[in-house]
This record gives sequence, structure tokens and C-alpha cells, in this order.
Amino acid sequence: MVAFVISRLLQALPVLLVVALVSFALFTFVGDPVAAMLSQDATLADRENLIRLLGLDQPWYVQFWKFVGNALQGEFGLSYRLSRPVSALIAERAPATLELAFCAAAMTLCIGVPLGIFTGIYKDSWVSRVLLTVSLVGVSLPIFVLGMLLILVFAVQLGWLPSFGRGDTVQIGWWSSGLLTVSGLKALILPAITLAVFQLTLITRLVRAEMLEVLRTDYIKFARARGLSNRAINFGHALKNTLVPVITIAGLQLGGIIAFAIVTETVFQWPGMGFLFIQSVGAADIPVMAAYLLLISLVFVVINLGVDLLYYLVDPRLRAQR
Amino acid sequence: MLLEVKDLRVEFPTRRGVLTALNGISFGIAPGEVLGVVGESGAGKSMTGAAIIGLLEPPGRIAGGEILLEGRRIDNLPLAEMRKIRGKRIGAIFQDPLTTLNPLYTIGRQLVETMQAHLPLSDAEAKQRAIGWLEQVGIPAAAQRIDAYPHQFSGGMRQRVVIALALCAEPQLIVADEPTTALDVSIQAQIIALLKRLAREQRTAIMLVTHDMGVIAETADRVAVMYAGRIIEIGPVRQVVKHAQHPYTAGLMASIPPLDRKVDRLAQIDGSMPRLNAIPPGCPFSPRCPHVFERCRVSRPELMPAGETLAACWLHDKPGAPA
Repeated sequence: MVAFVISRLLQALPVLLVVALVSFALFTFVGDPVAAMLSQDATLADRENLIRLLGLDQPWYVQFWKFVGNALQGEFGLSYRLSRPVSALIAERAPATLELAFCAAAMTLCIGVPLGIFTGIYKDSWVSRVLLTVSLVGVSLPIFVLGMLLILVFAVQLGWLPSFGRGDTVQIGWWSSGLLTVSGLKALILPAITLAVFQLTLITRLVRAEMLEVLRTDYIKFARARGLSNRAINFGHALKNTLVPVITIAGLQLGGIIAFAIVTETVFQWPGMGFLFIQSVGAADIPVMAAYLLLISLVFVVINLGVDLLYYLVDPRLRAQR
Repeated sequence: MLLEVKDLRVEFPTRRGVLTALNGISFGIAPGEVLGVVGESGAGKSMTGAAIIGLLEPPGRIAGGEILLEGRRIDNLPLAEMRKIRGKRIGAIFQDPLTTLNPLYTIGRQLVETMQAHLPLSDAEAKQRAIGWLEQVGIPAAAQRIDAYPHQFSGGMRQRVVIALALCAEPQLIVADEPTTALDVSIQAQIIALLKRLAREQRTAIMLVTHDMGVIAETADRVAVMYAGRIIEIGPVRQVVKHAQHPYTAGLMASIPPLDRKVDRLAQIDGSMPRLNAIPPGCPFSPRCPHVFERCRVSRPELMPAGETLAACWLHDKPGAPA
């Protein structure tokens, strides 16, 4: 078990290094930060000075080495746009994105999995048919359209929920939480729904397909022939056998929700990392973009590790092979 | 009779009309008796077994006839009632032991949940009994292996576990659907011997579905031969094997290679079994039958006394005897 975790971590290292190299390459190939940071009437000497200050006169591998060293300490330099440490910017924005992402993920799993089970077991009932048709809409509706529709109906016309921002937040240490205030919770509803709908319909359809597959197997038939209750068969024997693919996809989805909340955050002006990223792209703010890239790859690596550990718990056949 | 099947008819509604998969199936099984059911693929052997335990694959359904267990109808029971019969009074063994056990649960857990579904047992009692059953079916070091997962057993061992699962709630009847087909020949004999021994000890009747005449000859008390969804001959195993009365049964027996002499060419039955949507009127075997005559093509024979068995063949229709 421990050996498995360590080997997985070692495998993750090259992935992170490659991503680091890509984000580092951004500095060299995208835009000219020096030109961006200097004022118009700066002299050539000012320019030389700044280049030396930023370490841009060194060979690229030295720069890369420094970059990795700094990144390991959570140090990503100054934002070109805001002239503040990137790490502070991200730490400030991360809680908003993470709260949004986990709410959306919780919604996805808590609604999507039961719906998938239901439509898998009662595949021919009209409720299932309606749900599946609606889920098609969910799969095919672009996120930004959905977000704007929700704003139009619930914020503009009904006026029940705010259309942008995060509401009031409470500071707990460095973490700013919107989950503890009424306005924070209200502000969370629409973006979370927007972010969850696509993932939810996807997970519903996945669980359904897996359930249909598993319910056809011999061991389910045998479980019925042994006289087990429907509940034990559907929720014990069948559901557990659908879990491995569902965990895989759910893990990827969680990563996707965190990383690509960009559209939702933009639509709702949500002060999270995705919104920060979009603003940074507009301003060619390389340090922020690089840090964001690295952070997201780290998120995926961690989630995949978690997914692998869950496999390990669910399926005894995988345990034997280690 | 422990189990009685009367005029059972199973239909599959399809887009191009209703297919009759089983028609006019009637037979009985006495307590402790082993009834073999043979026939080629698609004859309806497995489906008869599935109909008895109430696990026909939809859209298949019982369209007529009755199934009685100790005189009580079980073919029209609500699901919850039928569930109490499955496992508890009628057990089942399936063909492929590699796929009949849930890969994610230990064999101990599967035994315990089966017993606890039917018998009022505490966890500790159920576990104790589970170990007992594993010993009964010949799993070495049962007490240690109870927490093992199915993939940690070989095919033969898994079929032993399946047999333990089928027997653990002490049913009166086991429907064994090709229990040895997926196993090595050397293991087949062991499994059959085990099944036979346990059935005798528990006084459990067995409906043994197979296409292996060797297994039937060795194990069964009586045998039913199926063809195109009907029973065409039924009787004591010795009589059916040695003195088959239906031309199809005779053809089947003749196509078994003899061990005591050399033959250049095995006997075979010309043609193939008709599809369900193209069963000829009259006797379904008539197009392939070497003894066919006019009556066979027009009217369908029911089972009638023939020698010491019952055969559905007009050759045995004695003048004056009731048809």
C-alpha cells in the first residue's frame, strides 16, 4: 500500500516537471514582460537593469532551475498586472474556486448517481425516459448559455438570487468562506448549478450505462437465483460493480470543475482562480498563468492518486496484483 | 411429486410476431430425484430451468401452463413471494463459475448473505455454517479461505463455491444449468460426483440441464429429451439411453462415438433444428426423421407410452389406444 503510493508519487514527478517546463516556456515565448513593465519614457539602462533584476540575462536552464526551486517553495514571482506576489493572489482566489467546485461536485454526485441508478433499474419507465431526454439537453447546452439563462430568470426577472459576485465572506485564517453567510450561500447557488449541470447529466448517463451492463451479468442473475432482496442486489452487488468506471470519471470531472470553472466564473464574475486566469491572459500576465498551469496539473495529479487509492479499496482484484 | 410442470408455454414477443420458445412442457420431479434434461443448443433446456426459478430474460414470459412446487403454484407468485422460494426452496447453479460469483465480495460474505436472506442466523452462526459448507464442497482450509475473493480460486474451486451457495439454504430442488460445461474434463467428474453426493445426503432433487449424455447417463434417474421447445421423450435413463423410442433420441444416441470399436464415420442426424419462427406443422422433427410418414407432417404427436418411456412420436400410436 505504502509502496504503491510512493510509486504513484514518483510517477507524478515527470508529469509535473514537464508541465513546469511548459509554463516556464511561456515566459520566453509569450509577449515581452520587460516592455510591459517599463514606462514609456524608460531609458535603455532602466531596461538593462530590469532584465538583470528579473534574471532574464541568465541561460534558460539556470532560469528554469530557479523557477522550479521557487515553485517548490510556492514562490511564483510578481504578477505583471497587479505587481503583487502570485502566490498571494492565488491563495486569495483559491477558496472561492474550491468552494464553488466542491459544491458543484457534491451536487453532481448526490443527484447524478441516484438518477443514474434509478434510470438504470427502471430503464423502461416513463420517468426514466423523461430524465434521459432532459439529460440530453444538459449535455448539449453550452455552459455560458445556461449561466446566462439562469441569470436572466432567477436574477433579472424573479430577482431571487444575485447575478454576480460571491456575497459576504467570512475570514477563517487565510481562507475566506462564503458558505457561512446567507448572501454567500445565495450567491453560490446559480454558479454551482451552472457548473454542475453538464457533469451531472454526464454522470447520470454513465452510471445508468454501467448499471444496465452490470444488471445483465451472470453474478446478478445468480444473486437473484439465491433469493437476495432487490435492494441488496441493486445497491450492494450491482452498484459496487459500477463504481470503478464511475470513480474514474468523477475524479476527472472534479479536476475539470476546478480547472475549467473559467467560463462559469467569468459569466458570474466569480472572484476565483479561473476569473483571475482569464484576466491574466488578457494582460499577458505570465507569472500568474504559469502558476495556474502548475497548480492545476498538481490538482489533477492529486485527484488521480486519490482515484487510484479508491480503486484499491473497491476492487480486490487490483489489490492482488500489487 | 416435488415439482410439477404442466403444459408450460413460454413466449417471446418480438417485432415480427410472438415466438413460442417452449410449448406443452410437462414433467415432474420427485423428492431426491435427479432429472436430466438434454437436447441441442436452442432446444429450450435452459429456458425451462429459468422459467422454474422465475428468471426468464425479459421480454420472455410464461404464457400458459402451471408450475407447482409441492402442489402450490409458483409461476404466478408476486416477486417478493418468489424471492423467498429462490435459494430457499429452489436453488440454482449456472454454467460458468468464473462469472457467477460477484468479484467484489468475499465468498464468505456471499454465503452469509444468502443464508441470512432465508434463515434466522446471527452473523457468527452464519459464518460458522459458511465454513461448514465450504468444507462440505471440498474447499481445503475452509476457515482461512472464507475471506478470499472469487478471483483467488480456480474454476473448479469456484464451481464448488457456487454449489455451496446453491445448497446453503437447504433447498428441496436444484436447477443445475450446464454445471460442468465450462470446466476441464478432469474437474467435471469431481463436480458431478460432489453434486450427486450432496444431493443424496440432503435429499435434494436436481434438474440437471446439459447436452452431455455421459453426464446424464452417470448421474440422472430419469431423462427428458427436448427438441424445438418440446419434450419429445422422457423416461428412466437406462431405457432412454439403451432403447430410445423417439427417432431423434435414437439419432442422438447413435451419434455418440462408441469406445469399444472403431468407426469410420459417426452417425449424424441430417439437417438442423428448425428455428422458432419456422417450426413445421405436425411433428417438429418430421423434416429430419428417417421414419417420417404422412401423419407426421399434418398432425403433432403428444407424449405417448412407448416401450418403457413416453415418446412424442406417431410410430408408437397403437390402434385403439387413446392418443
